[in-house]
Amino acid sequence: MLELYQRALRSRLFLGSARYPSPAVLAEAVRAARVEVVTVSLRRESSGERAGQGFWALIRDLGVQVLPNTAGCHSVKEAVTTAHMAREVFATPWIKLEVIGEDDTLQPDVFGLTEAARILCAEGFQVFPYTTEDLVVAERLLQAGCRVLMPWGAPIGSGRGLNNLFGLKALRAHFPEVPLIIDAGIGVPSHAAQALELGFDAVLINTAVAQARDPVAMAGAFALAVEAGYAARTAGPIEARDLAQPSTPVLGSAFRA
Amino acid sequence: MRIQVNGVWRETAVAQLAAALMELGYGDSIVSTALNGEFVAVGERAATPLAEGDQLEVLAPMQGG
Repeated sequence: MLELYQRALRSRLFLGSARYPSPAVLAEAVRAARVEVVTVSLRRESSGERAGQGFWALIRDLGVQVLPNTAGCHSVKEAVTTAHMAREVFATPWIKLEVIGEDDTLQPDVFGLTEAARILCAEGFQVFPYTTEDLVVAERLLQAGCRVLMPWGAPIGSGRGLNNLFGLKALRAHFPEVPLIIDAGIGVPSHAAQALELGFDAVLINTAVAQARDPVAMAGAFALAVEAGYAARTAGPIEARDLAQPSTPVLGSAFRA
Repeated sequence: MRIQVNGVWRETAVAQLAAALMELGYGDSIVSTALNGEFVAVGERAATPLAEGDQLEVLAPMQGG
């Protein structure tokens, strides 16, 4: 079982709730993949449309743990205020903390991130910081009180998989006891399987499922990949080698002098 | 009195946040509020005065990644 802030979870696949063809498809994808954690957000509500009310009713009916994000926040102040608003509406201390530093890559502003994490952890939030693979930043986030880290695989929505394998492996090796969840950039189930094989504890997928031709089938495919990747990690993968090594025993080979 | 609600200028007859939300049509909606960039909890709304030119954010649950 995966344990995040004293909450035990069976599923290592987290789903984002954005960009699905319809709310019904989102709900079906969550059920198909037996997902337990779904990310949500806050947006301006028009009193005429009340779009948020219907969405919230749908999510509540799914019976999942929600992980609210601070997506779109570009400053510490915005992110902290959004976190307070999210805690009230969603009634959870969990917050996926995003402080965006650059609009083309949506890469985190790690300086603002650590500052916002320090403030929110001190206020009792259970912070899931969206960060890079940088080891020093990771250390600062842990010092700030974070007990889970969410390093990116690649820029949000890019579908490029694990962009910096070396950096991500180093992060995993440096913090063997810290739950690490790959947050962004996963494109296909093999990327997710790879993340689990490398020892990452879970993956958060949104675009790769929501924008697939058949999101429900793709959610199921990701669930299988995550399960396979975790099973492989537990089974102990072999080390890669530069040269061949015969798998068939050489002793007793025919036609040898 | 004119205040900005989610970036749009609106006219309100009441100078108190909880009453203004009712007047603006958010009566029974699950929303969270911030006034001039500061979070205002549900329990504080009735005691929060509004002034001309205030910037009010009214947020609700939405899809997110």
